[in-house]
Amino acid sequence: MSARRSVVTGIGVIAPGGGNREEFWQRITSGKPAIRRISTFDPEPFRSQIAAECDFEPSAYGLTPQEIRRLDRFVLMAMACADEAYADSGLEGVDLERMGVSLGSAVGATIRLEEEYVVASDGGRHWVTDPTHVRPFLYQALVPSSAATELAVRFHAQGPAAVVSTGCTSGIDAIGHAHTLIQEGEADVVIAGASDAPVSPITVACFDAIKATTPRNTDPEQASRPFDADRQGFVLGEGAAVLIVEELEHALAREARIYCEITGFAARANAFHMTGLRPDGFELGEAIMDAMDQARLSPGELGYISAHGSGTKQNDRHETAAYKRALGPAAYDVPISSIKSVIGHSLGAIGSIEMAACALAIERGVVPPTANLTTPDPECDLDYTPGSARETTVRHALSAGSGFGGFQSAMVFSHPEAA
Amino acid sequence: MNRRAVITGIGTVAPTGIGAAEHWANGLAGRSGIRPLADSAKLPVKVAGQVPGFDETEHVEHRLLVQTDRWTWMALAATQLALADAALDPMGEFPFHLSVVTASSSGGNAFGQREIEALYKSGPRAVSAYQSIGWFYAASSGQISIRHRIKGACGVLVSDGAGGIDALAQAGRLIRRGGQAVLVGGTEAPLSPYALVCQAGQETLSREADPDRAYRPFASDAEGFVPGEGGAMLVVEEWRRAHLRPSTTVYAEIAGTASTHDARHHAASPADGAQLARAMREALARAGCDADDVDAVFADGAGDPAGDGAEAGAITQVFCGRKVPVTVPKTMTGRLNSGGGALDVAWAALALRHGLLPPTVNVDAPGHDLDLVIQPREMPGLRTVLVVARGSGGFNAAAVLRAPVYE
Repeated sequence: MSARRSVVTGIGVIAPGGGNREEFWQRITSGKPAIRRISTFDPEPFRSQIAAECDFEPSAYGLTPQEIRRLDRFVLMAMACADEAYADSGLEGVDLERMGVSLGSAVGATIRLEEEYVVASDGGRHWVTDPTHVRPFLYQALVPSSAATELAVRFHAQGPAAVVSTGCTSGIDAIGHAHTLIQEGEADVVIAGASDAPVSPITVACFDAIKATTPRNTDPEQASRPFDADRQGFVLGEGAAVLIVEELEHALAREARIYCEITGFAARANAFHMTGLRPDGFELGEAIMDAMDQARLSPGELGYISAHGSGTKQNDRHETAAYKRALGPAAYDVPISSIKSVIGHSLGAIGSIEMAACALAIERGVVPPTANLTTPDPECDLDYTPGSARETTVRHALSAGSGFGGFQSAMVFSHPEAA
Repeated sequence: MNRRAVITGIGTVAPTGIGAAEHWANGLAGRSGIRPLADSAKLPVKVAGQVPGFDETEHVEHRLLVQTDRWTWMALAATQLALADAALDPMGEFPFHLSVVTASSSGGNAFGQREIEALYKSGPRAVSAYQSIGWFYAASSGQISIRHRIKGACGVLVSDGAGGIDALAQAGRLIRRGGQAVLVGGTEAPLSPYALVCQAGQETLSREADPDRAYRPFASDAEGFVPGEGGAMLVVEEWRRAHLRPSTTVYAEIAGTASTHDARHHAASPADGAQLARAMREALARAGCDADDVDAVFADGAGDPAGDGAEAGAITQVFCGRKVPVTVPKTMTGRLNSGGGALDVAWAALALRHGLLPPTVNVDAPGHDLDLVIQPREMPGLRTVLVVARGSGGFNAAAVLRAPVYE
């Protein structure tokens, strides 16, 4: 369709159990879940008391005291990841007017907003809240676009900048937006990814209220069980991933290391329910087929699918149906896995983290496993790579995402020599 | 093959009126919706653009009202009005050909405050089952998609006050890539107590209590900006298809859009307006025209001396000193954040339709060398307008709208 192609030339990740790209890759390929009892507040009053937390200390990433005071955790994680990705890309001397920012986040600065609300309302006692006790720069928490601003300022990126906030597909959609900006000629380099830090009382409570998160509090490491018959819901997580998305010729001209090419991106809405999913997976299947068409792939060419695999019964069946609908019999042959079994579900961030996993799976010829898949749900009968990582050639990898609001997204990454 | 995007429907829920006709009439009459703000004793800001006549129960069914925040009610109402204006029934369309794109900066403020209050007063079990879908930034796009059975690519962009134009730009991309129609725009409801507290620290907020004095962009003694609620939703369609639908009004073509970022400082915008000027120039270039073709500018109108200076400078630069008519009708609404860019696009589309520019009110002593439109101005043959929007932190966006011309 478009002559301009986009490739991934840098990767940065902060995930539970992995404070950088390599630690993240080790963690997800080890299949050892980084899930524990919530440590940042007393989870006792809540139904779900566990989370996939990051041991993220912003000062250890070179973030300054002023930045740490000014910004919510989701922004700080995005900045730290972007630093890693940018260094990894080896970019220098970029035309700053041609460099943009596209950052996904589902819930933005929710931790900061809640903490400051507690102060402004004196513990929820006053509806008309008092501004005199809140921190400065609270406006930057109100509007998550502040995260795009921080990245633009940090890298002097004067091209188009925005936060993409389509709930739990934000992470795929933000990279998709970067891909679109490059295809359309609006930028040559985009700092693209997503970040969410939702482990806060209000977020835990809101998922408790609809029983979306697991109440399996006694054995946290076994609580995230995508596609397993004994799953009881998802495990809330936090994290971030940033990719450097670059126009192909731009990357070739500077002899950059290319992880993969973005060969397909498609989004659909199910127009069905804000939280419910139709069991037939029709719209997600449409998105997958569109992304595959753009990549000019036949189903048998897929080497890996990074599943949404949240570990809710509804999702796992919806998604399985979508793969069968989109890929036909080939759906049974392609290795699929859900890294949410290891690092939980970090809402908008997870889509970008999963795209990072796809890029690394292509580079390294390894598919990470689905942990805790010991008793398969009979209705989920595909190859979800249970137990341990698998060595295999991955020329093309697909990731799918599904989110509140009915958003369904799919993206294909291809090996630079296979695209 | 160049697929062009045109605006065929306008729905406003704004301090200047609900529905395009009321909004346009009030705007021409200079009737401002900026009013004293209740419960502002402890706040620096004393006035805000408000939509007091908005009765959500007239627009949204009860089942949906309890799931959603005021910001989404406004988006649902504006969407309904835009669809009616375009005489477009999504149920008569192939659902995968339609999309929804909204800009949203602060989400469901009152909804979120109420639920956090419940959590801290009464514990987790008091939190609504709808908190997970009522507060987050994607709620309006999701609810619009469900209500109108829209299954194409849907999106939500957050770039503060530039978001309305960034969403419009995305609608243009979706049309170019094969979409048939996009419901696009933005609303904001940032006047609930805690949302106002979050805004209170902004240095550029006006402290003035007189509604007619508080927000006077480009005035020699400008004092800052006034926040406001509301916004607009538009129906954007592929050009040929729009012409084939009977009884369609084609207001304007989205001829070109562009966005840049100042990338200088997290809060203060640079004085030179260089990236703002570049956004204007790129939008013009993408529209295939130059500055001489532009008949009028709908300016962003920051309302503080530094922001106004940067924009006036950018306009002077881009137009090489030519005195292009500049108007800031949002002087009647305050700055609606994500809703602002969308409402200005609605205003510009109506101006092209009527050959008439809505005025900038309350600015009696302009402090910049601009042709500021302070009375409604007849512009027969008005053909090309430039709409400018900025967001806190350094977001710049510009859109060129062109009247439909049949050669």
